[in-house]
Amino acid sequence: MSQFPDPAAADQVQIMHKKSVLELRNVDIFYGDNRAVKDVSFNIRRNRITAIIGPSGCGKSTLLRSLNRMNDFVEGARVEGELIFANENLYGKDVDPVSVRRRIGMVFQKPNPFPKSIYNNIAWGPLINGYNDSTDELVERSLKQAALWEEVKDRLHDSALNLSGGQQQRLCIARALAMEPEVLLMDEPCSALDPISTAHIEDLMFELKKKYTIVIVTHNMQQAARISDYTAFMEMGDLIEFNVTKRIFTRPAVKRTEEYVTGRFG
Amino acid sequence: MTEKQLATASAADLAAEPGKRVTINKSGIRWGEALIKSWLGLCAFISIVTTAAIVFLLLSETLKFFESVSPAEFFLGTTWTPLFEPSSFGVLPLVWGTMIVTVGAAIIAIPTGLASAIYLSEYASDRVRRIIKPVLELLAGIPTVVYGYFALTFVTPSLRNIFTDIQVFNALSAAIVVGIMILPMVATLSDNALRAVPVSLRQGAYALGATSYEVTTRVVVPAGLSGVMASFLLAISRAIGETMAVTLAAGQTPNMSLSMFESIQTMTAYIVQVSLGDTPSGGIAYQTLFAVATLLFAITLVINIVSQLILNRFREVYD
Amino acid sequence: MSFSSEQESIYLARRHRKAKLFALFCAAITWSGVLLLGILLYQVSIDGFRWLDWQFIDSFPSRFPERAGIKSALVGTVWLICLVALISIPVGVSTALYLEEFAGKGRLAKIIEVNIANLAGVPSIVYGILGLAIFVRYLSLERSLISGALTMSLLILPVIIIASREAIKTVPQSIRYAAYSLGATKWQTTWAHVLPASFPGIMTGVILALSRAIGETAPLIMIGALTFVAFLPEGPMDSFTALPIQIYNWVSRPQEEFHELAAAGIIILLAVLLIMNATAIFIRNKTERRLK
Repeated sequence: MSQFPDPAAADQVQIMHKKSVLELRNVDIFYGDNRAVKDVSFNIRRNRITAIIGPSGCGKSTLLRSLNRMNDFVEGARVEGELIFANENLYGKDVDPVSVRRRIGMVFQKPNPFPKSIYNNIAWGPLINGYNDSTDELVERSLKQAALWEEVKDRLHDSALNLSGGQQQRLCIARALAMEPEVLLMDEPCSALDPISTAHIEDLMFELKKKYTIVIVTHNMQQAARISDYTAFMEMGDLIEFNVTKRIFTRPAVKRTEEYVTGRFG
Repeated sequence: MTEKQLATASAADLAAEPGKRVTINKSGIRWGEALIKSWLGLCAFISIVTTAAIVFLLLSETLKFFESVSPAEFFLGTTWTPLFEPSSFGVLPLVWGTMIVTVGAAIIAIPTGLASAIYLSEYASDRVRRIIKPVLELLAGIPTVVYGYFALTFVTPSLRNIFTDIQVFNALSAAIVVGIMILPMVATLSDNALRAVPVSLRQGAYALGATSYEVTTRVVVPAGLSGVMASFLLAISRAIGETMAVTLAAGQTPNMSLSMFESIQTMTAYIVQVSLGDTPSGGIAYQTLFAVATLLFAITLVINIVSQLILNRFREVYD
Repeated sequence: MSFSSEQESIYLARRHRKAKLFALFCAAITWSGVLLLGILLYQVSIDGFRWLDWQFIDSFPSRFPERAGIKSALVGTVWLICLVALISIPVGVSTALYLEEFAGKGRLAKIIEVNIANLAGVPSIVYGILGLAIFVRYLSLERSLISGALTMSLLILPVIIIASREAIKTVPQSIRYAAYSLGATKWQTTWAHVLPASFPGIMTGVILALSRAIGETAPLIMIGALTFVAFLPEGPMDSFTALPIQIYNWVSRPQEEFHELAAAGIIILLAVLLIMNATAIFIRNKTERRLK
């Protein structure tokens, strides 16, 4: 298996048995004086897919980015409230954002492979984080998990930029998986892709959730209904409803939710 | 391996709780990171130190100079003979010399540079651009001493064929050559400024039935005016600071005559003259160096700041 | 209508003629600039050509034109290029990286930025005075190669910084975000992704800056590069001369032959510049292709 530094703490095992990987409690996110996300609370359950849906500008991408501290790169962004991961508040004083991002990975809306070979795209992350086992195995393992291995196994050292859009996105997924994160965040991962690639990736996500926890932001309601286990519906920064996906799309508790999922707005 | 073991193993193998600097490996990186950031910041700091050093140096020696020579004599006097007896320290002849050459160069470079910029941005095809742009770069990259040579061996003799009473060292030759030197600068920067004007503006004017001349002179150039003016100022500043070409072409005779056929001395030429001789540190000659250099520095600084302000306003409009 | 359609069409014809003339005028002026470059190069070539031979390159300067050569100046210039590159490239690129990746948008960064823009416009002779006072006198490095190299480095540092910043700015933000999301630190991201991607642009800027450094005479005169050097420098602390200084020296002499020698020296100088620029273009093309 992988050869990352090995702490083997007893409380690790305890954490593993908790049902929720990530707990959001009263999370506010500010850009300067503007409150983009208001008092959001819900839990992300282990080995499930949680979707965040809502009209444009509702704050879902902002919320997603706060889960792996990528908001740190936005000038003037501020997070209040608690995001509990592994018994720690992600925004606590002692917390090192770089370490957070090793355990919570991200796939972006537009595929962004490095202008390097397919092999190096995947190997780089683990290598700079101290991986000292066989990179060949690592690359193969990750590509297989992303259902890309068969298509690229003979050209691992070709430039990643030569791949098609859908392949590039799967490469980015493989790259994120190579870090063996506990949570995989996906920010509208299919919006730049054609329907066939989208279908590939949705199938992939069903496989991935056996091993990983996935949080996906999507503006495509049908996609959320198809693949997610839990859905959070946001509007204008507020969490309108959070529930099992089946409920959200058949018997939502809040009228606003019903209006959105039946297409009356957004 | 069961699924549960897989899940457990992968989580346990990863670093411990986020944030705590658990393994030495990771604090090692952070420590190295801080060191690198310090080195980078130190390098950036060098630029500040350079400016501080220039200002401090120039000012301190100039103040010493003003202990022996009154500012009134320096700024208002019209005779400059600091190295001879009787010594006179009026800097106006040097300023005058710099000004004649600069104005002459500007008269040559600005209209032609602007015309070239207009040609490049409004009329020239891509193929032509691909020839002319490198030519401009080449012209801009030619060392100034080559321009000095060109002045002495080609320009001055040619001028003497036309105007028989022109001296071997004369201001006109220097002005022509400096003009050629700054022309690429005006052309390139103005070209950038004109290209930044949105195509939609041009198309709107053409759609009203205007000719290319009218569109260019009444729409494009006025729209890109700040960038164009900034390019003029930068070129002028460059002409003022130019040393080798004027030293070789215009000679070393400070005077305030209106004729461009005579030899003059610019501020920069004087500085070169003093340093080619052996100047003992601390003497009045050494100090005149700094006084003149400070004046030169101040003038170019003001022009550069003004052009930067204009450029910033120009960027705001289009960003 | 205030005038007849006949008048309008006459007026229109005149406007079109004006436009055509204007276009021709601008074109003529531009091409005469090209012509001028041609004249200049031609002039230099025919003046200096007959002096260009191996003996010229291999001899020291002399009072006798037939025996004079640019060996010491050429070697001095090569020394200078190397020293200046060694000093100015790390410092310049580091400053650019600091400003673009690490510094943020605070007041300090803005001050440094404005400062660098100002330094770029300071006349080269002022840098010469700075070099004279600090390196030659205060640090007692005397009139050595290292004094010259340090002075020149300060001169071209703003050029390198500005060009490098432009190159770094063109690297898409998405690449950085991808790296950060994998748990990389700023420096790891910069070293592995930003620098390689901006390398072609940085290289171009560096070569441009070094070309400028080679052609500058005034600062070297200020720090006391000698004009008659009949030996080769062997270390950074040795005194030296350089191509532009030697050319200047020859041009200043009254004899016709020395002017021609100067022309030959100019040809060599331009050849060196040409080689450098060609190298830059070559490196840029190679690295740009690899990244595609």
